[in-house]
Amino acid sequence: MIAAGRRPTAPERIQIAAATAPRRGFQSERLLVIDPLTRRFGDYRIGELPKLFGRGDVLVVNDAATLPASLKVDPELELRLVSADADGTFRAVTFGTGDFRMPTEARGTPRPLREGERLQFSPELAARVLHIDPVDGRLVQLRFETSGASFFSALYRHARPIQYSYSSKLFELWDVQNRYASRPWAFELPSAGRPLRFETLFEIERRGAELTYVTHAASISSTGSEVLDARLPLPERYDISDSAARTLTRARRNGGRIIAAGTSVVRALEGHADKSGVVVAGSGETPLRLSRSYQPRVVDGLLTGLHEPGTSHFELLEAFAPKQLLLRAVDHAARTGYLQHEFGDSCLVLAGALSAHSAVTVRAQPARRA
Amino acid sequence: MDLTDKSALVTGASRGLGRALATQLAQAGARVVMVARSEPELRGAAEAIQNAGGEAHPLVADLGRKQDVYPLAGAAAALVGPIDLLIHNASALGPTPLRLLLDTECEDLSSVLETNLVGPFRLSKIIAGSMALRKTGTIVHVSSDASVSAYERWGAYSVSKAALDHLSRLWAAELRERGVRVLSIDPGEMDTQMHADAMPDADPATLARPGDVAARIIALLRDTTVPSGSRVEAQSWRAA
Repeated sequence: MIAAGRRPTAPERIQIAAATAPRRGFQSERLLVIDPLTRRFGDYRIGELPKLFGRGDVLVVNDAATLPASLKVDPELELRLVSADADGTFRAVTFGTGDFRMPTEARGTPRPLREGERLQFSPELAARVLHIDPVDGRLVQLRFETSGASFFSALYRHARPIQYSYSSKLFELWDVQNRYASRPWAFELPSAGRPLRFETLFEIERRGAELTYVTHAASISSTGSEVLDARLPLPERYDISDSAARTLTRARRNGGRIIAAGTSVVRALEGHADKSGVVVAGSGETPLRLSRSYQPRVVDGLLTGLHEPGTSHFELLEAFAPKQLLLRAVDHAARTGYLQHEFGDSCLVLAGALSAHSAVTVRAQPARRA
Repeated sequence: MDLTDKSALVTGASRGLGRALATQLAQAGARVVMVARSEPELRGAAEAIQNAGGEAHPLVADLGRKQDVYPLAGAAAALVGPIDLLIHNASALGPTPLRLLLDTECEDLSSVLETNLVGPFRLSKIIAGSMALRKTGTIVHVSSDASVSAYERWGAYSVSKAALDHLSRLWAAELRERGVRVLSIDPGEMDTQMHADAMPDADPATLARPGDVAARIIALLRDTTVPSGSRVEAQSWRAA
């Protein structure tokens, strides 16, 4: 039992330090394992993930690559792409003066855009504003003037990855890609997959668990507008391949657990499954919003980052484990130097991960003040 | 492999063997991303394929530049989806006329290795990751007989191709269980601009035409009996 007898920290005072840049020595990145079945948690390294799975379990990753989604018109106006729609248009959110070092809510109010206005991002990249959201004028719909190879060449030349106020350096395009990514559908890094090395992924399969993927257009995490943030996540498109659907169906039939690497995977699988939790191949757009009261029909466990109480991500974890257990585990993580955000440590919430019959021994240290 | 509706990426695709491969892949029904450094020439080559009813997307990139590789891989997957067939055909000779090792600047060797060895590694590293996840895909390294024989004055190019052959075997070994096939193919001597740059006195009539060699390479790709990790000479290869 962890931290017996110690007074718990008030939830609002739990603060997890930020990983401010990509880290070297990835094998040492940490993994907090939370088991709602045994109500225990423990400290591991990310490279130990394979031994926490059993034969027949399935790890599902999001193979979306990250687009450079931040476009500057001038020093007073930045647009961040948030969705690509089936008709070839994009939706974007405007940001005013300031840069990535400022939290989004501290940025200046961007000048209002007009319908029909032409935005010139670079000599070879321009777009027309088609529509302004009636509730918050910072959400706009755009049509770029070029398409195909000319459009993507110009976008990749001009746009940068979305940056974060906690970061100590500008993230390059390669900093925000997962190792197995291909189609650039994500607007921010689907970061649960970021610590996964192929050494670890191959080991998962070697031990008899399976690996599969969906593609999900993970969108932006923060706009700095309360009205808009309350509407996040916006509907996001996804694609589930035949092979993923077959793997998931087989696992469910054989009693394997389905572990989602990231909330984007949860959204794709839960948003697409039928009422009994069957996932067939297909693509679509999901408006699904996950909260503490959500009852997952497909996903048994979640690999994610570290999240502080009070954030929407923490609330989502409550769909997978009791709040008191999560609070104790995250308090422990905060006290023992776990790091959060895109380049931070990982957390696995999985029933039975630390049970007596699993291959691991529970060896979390009593919490000490750092 | 069946090429219909497959996504392919060919580097060095604006002329010579790369252009011939892109053209014939598109004729076989593949969706092709063509990569080269020179925009007008590349655009012309892609338009010729498009005008013949094929699907071709020109992307300008220099594989010797790290900054170019992620944008290239991202744009390619946006245009044709995850890549099924990756052909590393682009390569640099280094300064011409070719020179003795004793007259070769270290910087020239580095630059040839960047383009011919590190560039293909960088691009494979991105694309092979998604192939390993999807458990499918083919990677081809275009080699040269200079990778095997030590011809005087071919030093920089020659070592880069020898290393590329071995890189190909290593990828094959590490991806064997992952359903990804990796080949090194020596196209033999062809009547191309590169050959003329290297050996201006050669008689073009004695050299193979790039279109004929491309056809043999495509036949070789379709023949699933050629094992991953092989180094194959295209001009002497016969279907089993």
